Amino acid sequence: MFGGRLTHSMIERHAMLLLLLALLTVSIGGIIEIVPLFTIETTVEHVQGVRPYTPLELAGRNIYVREGCYLCHSQQIRSLRDEVERYGHYSLAAESMYDHPFQWGSKRIGPDLARVGGKYSNDWHYAHLQNPQALVPESLMPRYEFLASTYIDANTIADHLRTNRMVGVPYSDEEIAAAQDDLLAQSTPGADTTALLKRYPKANMVPGAAGRPTELDALIAYLQVLGTMVNFADTSTETLKQ
Amino acid sequence: MASPVMVNGVYPPVEYNEEVVRKFMIAAMFWAVIAFTVGVYLALELSWPEFNLGYSFTNFGRLRPVHTSAAIFAFGGSVLFGTAMHVVQRTCRARLFGGRVLADFIFWGYQFFIVMAALSYVMGFSKSREYAEPEWHIDLWLTLVWVLFAVVFVGTLMKRREPHIYVANWFYLAFILTVAMLHIVNNLAVPVSFYGSKSYSLFSGVQDAMIQWWYGHNAVGFFLTAGFLGMMYYFIPKAADRPIYSYRLSIVHFWSLIFLYIWAGPHHLLYTSLPDWTQTLGTAFSVMLWMPSWGGMINGLMTLSGAWDKLRTNPGLRFSVTAVGFYGMATFEGPVMSIASVNSLSHYTDWGIGHVHSGSLGWVAFISFGAMYYLIPVLWKRPEMYSVKLIAWHYWIATLGIVLYITSMWVAGIMEGLMWRAYDSYGFLQYSFVESVIAAHPFFVIRMGGGVCFLTGALMMAFNMFMTIRGPKPASISMPHGYALAGE
Repeated sequence: MFGGRLTHSMIERHAMLLLLLALLTVSIGGIIEIVPLFTIETTVEHVQGVRPYTPLELAGRNIYVREGCYLCHSQQIRSLRDEVERYGHYSLAAESMYDHPFQWGSKRIGPDLARVGGKYSNDWHYAHLQNPQALVPESLMPRYEFLASTYIDANTIADHLRTNRMVGVPYSDEEIAAAQDDLLAQSTPGADTTALLKRYPKANMVPGAAGRPTELDALIAYLQVLGTMVNFADTSTETLKQ
Repeated sequence: MASPVMVNGVYPPVEYNEEVVRKFMIAAMFWAVIAFTVGVYLALELSWPEFNLGYSFTNFGRLRPVHTSAAIFAFGGSVLFGTAMHVVQRTCRARLFGGRVLADFIFWGYQFFIVMAALSYVMGFSKSREYAEPEWHIDLWLTLVWVLFAVVFVGTLMKRREPHIYVANWFYLAFILTVAMLHIVNNLAVPVSFYGSKSYSLFSGVQDAMIQWWYGHNAVGFFLTAGFLGMMYYFIPKAADRPIYSYRLSIVHFWSLIFLYIWAGPHHLLYTSLPDWTQTLGTAFSVMLWMPSWGGMINGLMTLSGAWDKLRTNPGLRFSVTAVGFYGMATFEGPVMSIASVNSLSHYTDWGIGHVHSGSLGWVAFISFGAMYYLIPVLWKRPEMYSVKLIAWHYWIATLGIVLYITSMWVAGIMEGLMWRAYDSYGFLQYSFVESVIAAHPFFVIRMGGGVCFLTGALMMAFNMFMTIRGPKPASISMPHGYALAGE
């Protein structure tokens, strides 16, 4: 039946032929745009400092995902003059290389958070997340008081690290074994954090209730690390080239 | 192909499965009201944040996916499934493949997916992928339902009694296939535990962003465009009693539309850490996409040639034609917003929200309303809708709602973009972020007014539908005849 020229009349008389040709047509663009992002080595810049999240930061990140924070806050500073002046150095692909999933966002009802880490104190975050209007009267942000009375399940955190390793985050056996201890150390005032800081430099301690970090503690630990991992004094334009 | 026996040179009449189409129409009406109500509530929260109420499940972040999923998948999806099943049977002159049980399984399976997804969002389960938020187990369930839907659709095409596959079915087919591909790739994830909901995306960072927006933009391109173009190609010729304007144009615009659309995703990621070459491809294909989009618009509008007077007497058709107008407008606005210099202003602002709604309210909802006002009397064997006048009221109040919505979002969006990049005479940024939030407030309130108008129209429609179905069934009526197609 396919002797001779392929005409459209032939395609619209054979459901399977139509199906196969349509599938072929819609596959091309995606393959060309997506596959090279995994194979071209410079897609993700080679910069120093980007590390996997601490167990507490990861738990906080899951709260961020769950509550839909990305719907109002981007984590992607574009390479535009005003954005760099407002939020800091434009975002690098390397800075979200361990983000499963990415949280770049698509809408700013509130400001960008890609470099919010260290911009405000822990105390500010505790007050702001529970009642944003108390600090910024015109804010449209909902209140997240309930996060202060719900707790992180420290028992399962090692499973989360393990799953992250399965999708490519380089957590070591040691880090997975110490996950629960690290989670508690980061949220217990006065705890010995030497081992934690050796594994995860620049981790920010939060003053949680000893032995029982709340979801609010975890979320703040995550917010405080955002955008702080790369030391831009050490980078040159050459290393940032994609 | 099953070949029915000819009697005296003609096939016996086909007994179509209309019951499943009726169910989908009722579901579509129900979900439309839910989606618009949640939308209005979210607009209220953005106008006055006290309405977030402080509960986890009423906060904006958890309710927004309920709104988008209810609008796209519950309302839009039910219309798509229902009309696809109607159109494929009629234009193939064949009963739905797989019988009643399979059709019913698809209906209930899909509704179950919607309810599960909505409940999971408010309870705090989300993959945070826009328009693909449900967690892995719900995704697996949807995959099953979707594959069965594809089997039923293709099976019906295979057993058709018409030599040609009608153009509406090409679009429905492209929609079903492509959404399956997008859904499977974009949702690849590893669950933490077999018994829990939480999973981690297989991809990360820049690749994850590209895959998500490859999915996200083509959810627009294939779910909200190709499928609804299939609807246009059946219901406008039917309601206008005219054949499609150009068969050749439909071929050219079908293949170019499905080829080009898939490339357009990176325009959601301009000036980000996505490599420049990918951004440039995304912009170039987005601009090219303007042409096949307008090919569809021209084919839809020109089908009205010689039948424009019907718009005066048939307010249902008015919905369909206005929808095509909005389609043309939104598919022009989209390429403009994909140009890097425009995008640097429009991205992250409410201009994007306005653009999405001129597509979703103006195109998707209006073409659906037009199809439903045609289908309801046909499916329930009534001479016409309970009140034609009420359709006209619905039309005008919904149109007013859209105008309020998109104009307020244009103003708010462009203003936000300009304020964020404004410098004072000393070379400092002129405005803090929160000043742009304050400035947008009046426009957020106007937007809510637009949403209330649109919801009011949908409630009129629901009432009209209810009264039509409840009304007396005439002893015998002649089906509204129509041109359109190959079969029937």
